[in-house]
Amino acid sequence: MPFLIAPTLAHYLVLGAVLFAISIVGIFLNRKNVLILLMAIELMLLAVNLNFVAFSAHLGDMAGQVFVFFILTVAAAESAIGLAILVLLFRNVGSIDVEDLGKLKG
Amino acid sequence: MSFQTAVFYVFAAILVFAALRVISVRNPVHAALWLVLSFFTAAAIWMLLGAEFLAIVLVLVYVGAVMVLFLFVIMMLDVNFDEMRRHFRSYLPVGAAVGALVLLEMVLVILAGAAAAGRPSTQPAPVSNTQALGRLLYVDYVYPFELAAVLLLVAIVAAIALTYRKRRETKTQDPGEQVKVRRADRVRLVSMPSEKRES
Repeated sequence: MPFLIAPTLAHYLVLGAVLFAISIVGIFLNRKNVLILLMAIELMLLAVNLNFVAFSAHLGDMAGQVFVFFILTVAAAESAIGLAILVLLFRNVGSIDVEDLGKLKG
Repeated sequence: MSFQTAVFYVFAAILVFAALRVISVRNPVHAALWLVLSFFTAAAIWMLLGAEFLAIVLVLVYVGAVMVLFLFVIMMLDVNFDEMRRHFRSYLPVGAAVGALVLLEMVLVILAGAAAAGRPSTQPAPVSNTQALGRLLYVDYVYPFELAAVLLLVAIVAAIALTYRKRRETKTQDPGEQVKVRRADRVRLVSMPSEKRES
């Protein structure tokens, strides 16, 4: 059984791929709810970060972890602004449907 | 099976299950709590990979700040969440198909390259993970670090500017208006003829 040895790089990469695919399905399923969409995007970034950390550990190069640091910063900024836009959408339109996002224009 | 592999599989199972719950539960509060669990489990997996500092940062920043923000926003909004799930079933086939295809492609690519890869070389570093990361961040990546700080500032300003709502009934001072005031706006001198006082 080659899968039962100590976790290799492929283990972590497959886990990241599974997470990424789950969040893609989540984006498809929750078209009506911007809130869950934002959560799915956070999950997607988590999958990418998992890949970065796995490669960083595999190659023994700390630069990957520095990159994860910056991705975390950008993701925090993104979710703050996304939630602000969500609050704005709800205040002006009264729903958090993706279809209604166009009504915020102008 | 080594102990590390067993731990990895347990955490991976928890992570995948929590992620599935995030996208499928009806109540967004529950989704946020499942997201907390998935972030926490991911932090444990990073710990397994030797990235201790990032694992702690993930718990502190995400579970401590971002998820609290999410919960605040969920509780501020008064939305009928059942109505929102009407098209859930109709999106399921195409979503599942695209997700399965993406997963299949990525796993094929990974397994094709895995023969060349092998096991992670987690040799014990001469310094701790936090020290190594800090040295890299403040020496080699100091300009990107400062750019990240500026980005956070821009995000703060943008979030406040987007959601700030001026209230009419509150009384506030406008220093600009106060400074602009001239003497003529406030004082008017009238010349009146003096009158003789009656005794």
